[in-house]
Formats: sequence, structure tokens, C-alpha cells
Amino acid sequence: MRAFTYERAASPAAAAASAVRMANAKFVAGGTNLLDLMKLEIETPSHLIDVNNLALDTIDSMDDGGLRIGALVRNTDLAADARVRRDYPLLSRALVAGASGQLRNMATTAGNLLQRTRCPYFYDTNQPCNKRVPGSGCAAIGGVSRQHAVVGGSKACIATHPSDMAVAMRALDAVVETVAADGATRRIPIADFHRLPGDTPQIETTLKTGELITAVTLPAPIGGIQQYHKVRDRASYAFALVSVGLIVQRDGTGRVALGGVAHKPWRVEAADRELPHGAKAVAGKLFADAHPTEENAYKLTLAQRTLAALLADARA
Amino acid sequence: MKFEQPAGHNPIDQLKVVGRSTERIDGPLKTTGRAAYAYERHDVAPDAAYGYVLGAAIAKGRIEAMDLSVAQAAPGVLAIVTARNAGKLGKGRMNTAKLLGGPEIEHYHQAVAVVVAESFEQARAAAHLIRVRYARHKGSFDLAGTLDTAVKPGAQSDTAVGDFEAAYAAAPVTLDATYATPDHSHAMMEPHASVAIWNGDELTLWTSNQMIDWGRSDVARTLNLPREKVRLVSPFIGGGFGGKLFVRSDAVLAALGARAAKRPVKLALQRPLIFNNATHRPATIQRLRLGAGHDGRLTAIAHESWSGDLPGGGPETAVRQTRLLYAGANRLTRERLARLDLPEGNAMRAPGEAPGLMALEIAMDEMAEKLGMDPIEFRIVNDTQIDPEHPQRPFSQRELVRCLRNGADRFGWQQRNPKPASVRDGRWLVGIGVAAAFRNNLVRTSAARVRLSSDGGVTVETDMTDIGTGSYTIIAQTAAEMMGLPLEQVSVRLGDSRFPVSAGSGGQWGANSSTAGVYAACMKLREAVAARLGLDAATAHFADGRVSVGGRSLPLAQAARGGELVVEDQIEYGDLDERYQQSTFGAHFVEVGVDAATGEIRLRRMLAVCAAGRILNPLSARSQVIGAMTMGAGAALMEELAVDKRLGYFVNHDLAGYEVPVHADIPHQEVIFLDETDPISSPMKAKGVGELGICGVAAAVANAVYNATGVRVRRYPVTLDKLLDQLPEYT
Ligand SMILES: Cc1cc2nc3c(=O)[nH]c(=O)nc-3n(C[C@H](O)[C@H](O)[C@H](O)COP(=O)(O)OP(=O)(O)OC[C@H]3O[C@@H](n4cnc5c(N)ncnc54)[C@H](O)[C@@H]3O)c2cc1C
Ligand code: SF4
Repeated sequence: MRAFTYERAASPAAAAASAVRMANAKFVAGGTNLLDLMKLEIETPSHLIDVNNLALDTIDSMDDGGLRIGALVRNTDLAADARVRRDYPLLSRALVAGASGQLRNMATTAGNLLQRTRCPYFYDTNQPCNKRVPGSGCAAIGGVSRQHAVVGGSKACIATHPSDMAVAMRALDAVVETVAADGATRRIPIADFHRLPGDTPQIETTLKTGELITAVTLPAPIGGIQQYHKVRDRASYAFALVSVGLIVQRDGTGRVALGGVAHKPWRVEAADRELPHGAKAVAGKLFADAHPTEENAYKLTLAQRTLAALLADARA
Repeated sequence: MKFEQPAGHNPIDQLKVVGRSTERIDGPLKTTGRAAYAYERHDVAPDAAYGYVLGAAIAKGRIEAMDLSVAQAAPGVLAIVTARNAGKLGKGRMNTAKLLGGPEIEHYHQAVAVVVAESFEQARAAAHLIRVRYARHKGSFDLAGTLDTAVKPGAQSDTAVGDFEAAYAAAPVTLDATYATPDHSHAMMEPHASVAIWNGDELTLWTSNQMIDWGRSDVARTLNLPREKVRLVSPFIGGGFGGKLFVRSDAVLAALGARAAKRPVKLALQRPLIFNNATHRPATIQRLRLGAGHDGRLTAIAHESWSGDLPGGGPETAVRQTRLLYAGANRLTRERLARLDLPEGNAMRAPGEAPGLMALEIAMDEMAEKLGMDPIEFRIVNDTQIDPEHPQRPFSQRELVRCLRNGADRFGWQQRNPKPASVRDGRWLVGIGVAAAFRNNLVRTSAARVRLSSDGGVTVETDMTDIGTGSYTIIAQTAAEMMGLPLEQVSVRLGDSRFPVSAGSGGQWGANSSTAGVYAACMKLREAVAARLGLDAATAHFADGRVSVGGRSLPLAQAARGGELVVEDQIEYGDLDERYQQSTFGAHFVEVGVDAATGEIRLRRMLAVCAAGRILNPLSARSQVIGAMTMGAGAALMEELAVDKRLGYFVNHDLAGYEVPVHADIPHQEVIFLDETDPISSPMKAKGVGELGICGVAAAVANAVYNATGVRVRRYPVTLDKLLDQLPEYT
């Protein structure tokens, strides 16, 4: 870990301003991802801005029937919230499928969205990794890639986004609210929030330098049967090989988002439209441009079969 | 005491204390945080500086240049030791690669420097500032690609009885299958850790080590010190599983760092380093050929195993159990060793048998199916009471058949549908599997010192270790039984090289051998007590804190009135283990559910039936077995060090990437110990269970998965990606 300076921001806008003013600054929320990465010198900020005391930790009902989730709401609290459990069970289920109880007690809504990949080469500073050191190469391509992306990857990077929560938010059409250094606020639909790796896998979101997430909003509840199935080698405390978030309405229409397959929560609106035609049709659209490796091609089958099981459950 | 004849009746047979379920006497220390592990010995080294290890960034090659200047100037740095400035170092007898590498790099994350600083954070930060320029050399990293070049590593590597080829060719039913087991990491909770303190030219290491005497010798060899100048202390160990049988870089680098910094140094291997810096269980490729008559009797058995290691290393002895487990007139085994430039392979819980049975016991399941026989009946038909290679050598005890039959009753084996993929529970495909368990019983010389103090209490001192197994407790039980005392009157001090040399903890020999050593010392103490009290030792009865002969009865404490009575003795073994084959046996039963859609495999029930001699403490023995079953479940379903065959290292080098079972993976586990005593093993009539518990588990799981799905996976771990394509379509 490199030495760094530390401040507690006084307000969201002040935090954003400080992040622009101070060179190489980072926000720290629960710290469950950032601190680990700093210890390994994968992240090397010179300045940390603690955003834990910005009163961004409430969940508020909105006039349109939606919810506004403060950026600092802990994963545990969000999953347990009665409104979330009643109106957005997909989100609740995705959250409790992630990490462990202790981690969820610390992990925040914003931090979860911004957690970094679990690619093992990203985690080893001896190895080439374009995400960690742009231009150094990608050790995962041609290497150990059983966990990696099957769709949306690039020649520069085939990492996945590891979040469970984000998969649910993608299916629920969440919107990320931010504030910039000049006090300007922005609403970014979650579909536009995470990026594909392209040639710049180190740039993972459309946030601008210093831009602070203040909240995530969920539109009014859409009902339906909501399921989240996370497939992994062990029963708990493991990242998804594949996860499927599914919302199905009585008429068979719905939405599907996948985790563990791409650099971002993977949802293809054209695939949603295939839901009444079954898992195979949906998977066909979701994976139209898939480029799996030999080691991870199973994810295509796995995602389709998992979806088929969830659809069958929803029908039952 | 020399143990040369089978044990007759002796004081242990009273079983007033021994053989009773006894909570660990060190339990309260552990649950209240008062059991200080090596890294926590602030009491002995309040001023310790911190060491941090830099691991090599390449798998094989040379260091061309190393720039320490920036690191040396970093805040708090006291010293940096590398191979260049460490002075001439030797190498431990138990080590294959050097513990401090350079300029030659033998494997990834081989230590190339240790930074000593005032704080851990400073040491870590400075370590990242060391600039190393490497020249990479080509290495050999792919076991499957080296089979042609693998060599016969030793005289015992080939065995043959009868004419396998002819018998196999003539057999009406045959199986020829190849299996693969991956590299495994011990992944114990406590990392390798040491505190080193020099006092002049004398070194004390507070460390975490299973084999104190080996460790002491190898530290001395590595640092070119006389053995007498080295002291190792390791009273508490947070798991080892064989990973701490040997001195590792934490100990050597703490010592070198402390010498350079002229300060005590403490050092724990950082978790991401452990997987490649320390040892691991080597991967194997195993070919099994079985031939049998229609009656199910095996006529031909061949087991060949390939594994790899660094030059100077040894093979994984995965064929050894196959020489002993089943009858069959014509048999051969072969071990082959390839050169691999991966990190050093070595012992992990039940080395040899654990991976060997992972293959053999699937093969037995496959063969039973070919024969149309029940897998249990097939094993029973091929039971043997003699060493199949040496018919004049009987087994000292062999209750495999009883383990299988008892287990079958208990588990409801009769309800198993032998036709695969025919039992469903909702979306779950349900299957049941069985495997035999086998692990040799090794005996080793073990010494102890016992002291009787004037208050009538007894203290045992031996360099035996407790790696979480319960050694403290069974040793206390043994001394209490021998001296006729309640458990509370016995204290036990372990893990210090100043104490008499014990068997140590490894190879499941620890419990039987170390308590036998305590038995020997207590026998001597009984004689000394009797002499002091003027009683006849041969007829004296020790009970309730008193010594009685005929009508005379005196308090035990009286013998120490004139001063503490201190005696020392050791158990040594004659040739009973040559005259008899001593092994432990068991049967594992597993029920799994496989999600018909996703292929996810979840265990539903596990049962182990063990025949392992006298069980000294059923409570801690059960803990050993359920822990081993859990480890076996890991080997079956998830554990695998993923090799990058280009870069030459284990990629998933942390506990997020190297998955071991979590609570949610482990269902109800039941353990049954057959009531057995083995007087040939030792005066304790006990054997080991800690490794038996893992042997066969993974195969039982794989066989259950086959029974559930009809998919035979021969490459561990059995993960869903290996099933999916063969499961019925799911739409
Ligand atoms: C062992 C382990 C297992 C895990 N398993 C899972 C799992 O199965 N599923 C899963 O989904 N997750 C898992 N996680 C990840 C966990 O969910 C994340 O670490 C956590 O959500 C991060 O939240 P945090 O508040 O601690 O973020 P931090 O570590 O504090 O920050 C993460 C990033 O977000 C930035 N950031 C934080 N707040 C803001 C803000 N308001 N605005 C802008 N930027 C901000 C930080 O600068 C940093 O870059 C696991 C983590 C660990 C350590
Ligand atoms: S997949 Fe991405 S994160 Fe992994 S090594 Fe390649 S560039 Fe780095």
C-alpha cells in the first residue's frame, strides 16, 4: 500500500470538488474492495475522500412510486428493506446472493456498482493486464479463463463485472444519480453506466473524474415474478459463474439480465422480447455476438439452462 | 521402551480416561483468544520488527539485476536481505527448492528478498519498491505434456506380481480408464508465520510447524548453524495439513531478517504468496486397468501414476494403496515423475492415498457396473486379509468388510437405485455413492518427559505438536490413565525443541505414536514412584491419586515429597510393522443432488465408517474425520490450483480464487468408529484417523454424481461444466 492522505468530505459536492482538486484521488465507502486493492498496489490513490458521513444512507419512497436508494446504503440494509423485499424482490435476492454477511454489512450501493473485476491476472501485479496497466496486454486471453466473459469482450480484455446487485438493477432499469465538482447533477440510466472494455478496459463506467454517486433510483415497481439464480461451484461465498435475474409477467413478457458473462450486467432488450418463446430464443439474442474461450464456452449452455429452469419455475 | 511384541493387557485398557469423549483441554484457551499463535507472540518479542517477503515474478529464469536503493531509503526500513547479502546458505533436507532464491529462480513466488521495517505496512510498501530485472527461461509447466519424458524415480516405483498382461488379456471383463487429479493447496487458516530472535549466535524461532525436530535440523542446515544453537517453539498451530511439515521461507527469512536488522523479526507469509511459495499436493494422471472374471474376482490390477515436481523432488505416491487394498493374483504398479518447474510439490493430508483413491475407487465403481455387481459386494468379494504381494504377511487388523456392511445398513444403501439418473426430487437428480477408505498406519519413535510434582500433579513435556487435532487432550488422557489421576491433574506442554523428540504430527502417526511415547515415560515414572514409596512396581495399582499394593495404599504425591520426580523415555518399534501390514480402513457413503438444469452439485448426506484401532478420544477423532470428509468434499467438487501453462504458476492464489467448502456446502455428516483395538500397533492399541477420513471421499462423491446423472467424470474437480453437455436437454 502506498502512503496516502485522507479527508472526510463535508458534502457531496465538496467531495466531488476535492476529487478534482486533489491529484489521483479516490472516494472510499465501505472499503471492502478498494482497501484490498490498495494493499496489493493494484489501486494506488494518493488521496482518499471518505464519503461515509454524507447522509447518503437513506432509502426514500418517491412520488412516482419508485425508490431512491442513497449511495451509502449498506447492502445488508438494502436487502432487508421491507419495500425492496415487497416491490423489488429481485434486488433483495441478488444482494443476499453476494459476498458474505460481514461484507454486506460494510458494502455500499455505490461501491458495489463500482467494484472491480475478479480476474486473477488483474490481481497479480507481476502479470500483464490492460485493465491494471493499459497497454501491457491481457494475460487471461490464452490463459486461465473459466470465469471470464463470453460476450462483449475485446482483444484487450475479457474480464467480467462481478456484482450481483448490479444485475438486478439492470433488470429493474435503475438510474444512477451523481454530482460533479461544479455541483451539477446527472441521471445516468444503468444501461449506460457500465462500459464494455473495448480498447480501454481501464475505463469501466461513464462517470467523469471526480463525479460522485449520490443515489440509485428505481422506477415504480413493475410486479411480476422476480427470481435471481446465481450458479457457482460452491454453495455460498463465491462469485457467479453465471447468474440470471428474471422478471416474468403473467402474460409471459418480461426482462432478463445476466451476471458473470460480460464486462457489465448483460441485458439485451431484443432478448427480453423473446421471453414468451422460451430460453433458447432468449439465449440466441443474448449471445448473438458471443466469443467464448475453450474454458468458458460452458457458460452459454449454463445460462440458457438456468434461464429455462427459472422460466419453468415462474410458470409453475 | 521397545515395542517388539503385540501389546498384552496394560493400564490403558482400564479406559477410565482414554477412549472417552473428552473436550479439548486447550479449547478454552482457543475460544478466548489466549492461545498465542506464532505471529501473536508479542510477549516474547515486544520490540519485533516486521518482515515482508518479495516473491519472484517469473516461474523460471535468472535475476539479472536487483535495485534495492529506493526500497532501502523508504520510511522505516531496517534491512533487506537477498541471496546476495545473506551469506552462504545451505538447504534443508526436506526442501526441494531454495527458500531464498536468486540469482537462479526455480519457481514462481520463490522468495527473492525479505524487507524488514518498523511496521508491517512500511515493510510491505518498501517491498513493492524493489526493482528486479529477470531473464525468463523456458520451463516445463504442463503435466499432461510431459508424460513421455517422465522417469522412474526410485527402486520401489515399479512393482509386479504374477503376470498382469497375460491375466488382463485373458480376463472376460476389463476396464482401462485414465483419471486426473489437480494440484491442491493446504489452504490452512493460519499462514506460515514465525518470530525470530537471536541471542548471540543462538536462534529461537516461535513458529508454526508440525515437526519440530525436522524443523530444527533443517533451520540449522539452512543457516549453517549447529543444531544445538537452534530452538523451535510451536505450541499452537492453526492448521497444517502437511504444509507445515517442513521449514518454509517464513522461518528462514525471519531469522535472516532478524540477524540483519539486529532485532527480533516477525513474519507471516502473505496469503497471495502461500499458494506458489509454499508446497502443494501435486497433480496426478492415473491409469487403471482392472480385469475380473464374471464372478467378480479381480485377476489383474494395474495402477500407473504420473506426477511432476522440481528437480530433486519426488513423486506423488498415488499407487501405493493399490498394492494392498484388493486381492488379485496378477498386479503391477508404476510411478513416474516428470520434471515440472511449478512450485514444489510435497505432502498434503494422506499423500499418495488421497489422490490414489480418487482414481482407484472410481475405477472400482466402473468395474462393478461392468460386472453388473453391486459396488459394495464387488469390494467385499475382493477383500484380502493378507498383503497381496506378500502372502506370508497378514494385516494386523482389517475390518473393511464390516465398514462397508455397517455403512450400507446405516445409510440405507439398499434403497439405492443402481440404474443411473433414475431418482428425482423436484429439479434435483439424486444419487448415492460409496468408496473404500484406506490409509496406512505408520509408527514412529516418540519420546516424552513426565514430571510428578509434590502436589501430586503430573506434567508431560514432548515436542509433539497439536495442529488443531487434539494432541494436548489425548496426551493428558494417556498420562491420567497411566498415573491414576483425574484429567485436571495433568498438564501438557508441547511443541518446544527443548522437550524430548516426538513423532510429530504427520502421516496420521501422531496420535498413536506420541501417546505411546507418553505411555513409555509413564511406565518409567510408575517404577520410580514405586521405588520411592517402597512398593512393588509390577503389582502396584495406580488409581484415584493413590498407589496401592495389597492392603497398602499411599498418595501418589508422597513419591515427590523429597523433590520432583522426573523421568524420560521413548517408544521405539521393532519389526512388527514388517511382520504385519498395519493399515486403517473405512467406507464413505455420500448422497448428492445434481440440479438437472444447471448441473450444480450439492451434497445431501455423508457417512464415514472407520476401523482404525482404539479411538483414544471419540470426540476429537470425530472432529478429525468430519474435517477430513469436508476436505474430501472440496477435492471432489471445487479444489483446484489452476495452472497457467504459459506463465508457469498457480493463478488462483488467494482464498477467493482457490475455493474450499463453506458451511453451506457441508450437509449432515455422520461418523461411526468400529469397536476395534490393534495390539500390534502400539501399547495404546490405537492407529490414526486424521488422514483416513479424507481417503475415498472424493471418489464416493464422484460415484454418487454418476449414480445421480449417468455422467462419469474422471477429471477432478467434478464441476458442473464437465456435466452440462451430457445432461438431458433442459428447456
Ligand atoms: C471476499 C469477497 C467476496 C465478495 N463476493 C461478492 C459477490 O459474491 N457478489 C458481489 O456482488 N460482490 C461481492 N463482493 C464485492 C462487494 O460487494 C464489494 O466489495 C462492495 O460492494 C464494495 O462496496 P464498498 O462500499 O465497500 O466499496 P469501496 O471498496 O469503498 O469502493 C469501491 C469503489 O467504489 C468507489 N466509490 C465508492 N463510493 C462511491 C461513490 N459514492 N461515488 C463514486 N465512487 C464511489 C470507490 O472509489 C472505489 O473505487 C465480494 C467482496 C469480497 C471482499
Ligand atoms: S481480462 Fe481484463 S482484467 Fe483480466 S488480464 Fe485481461 S485485461 Fe486484465
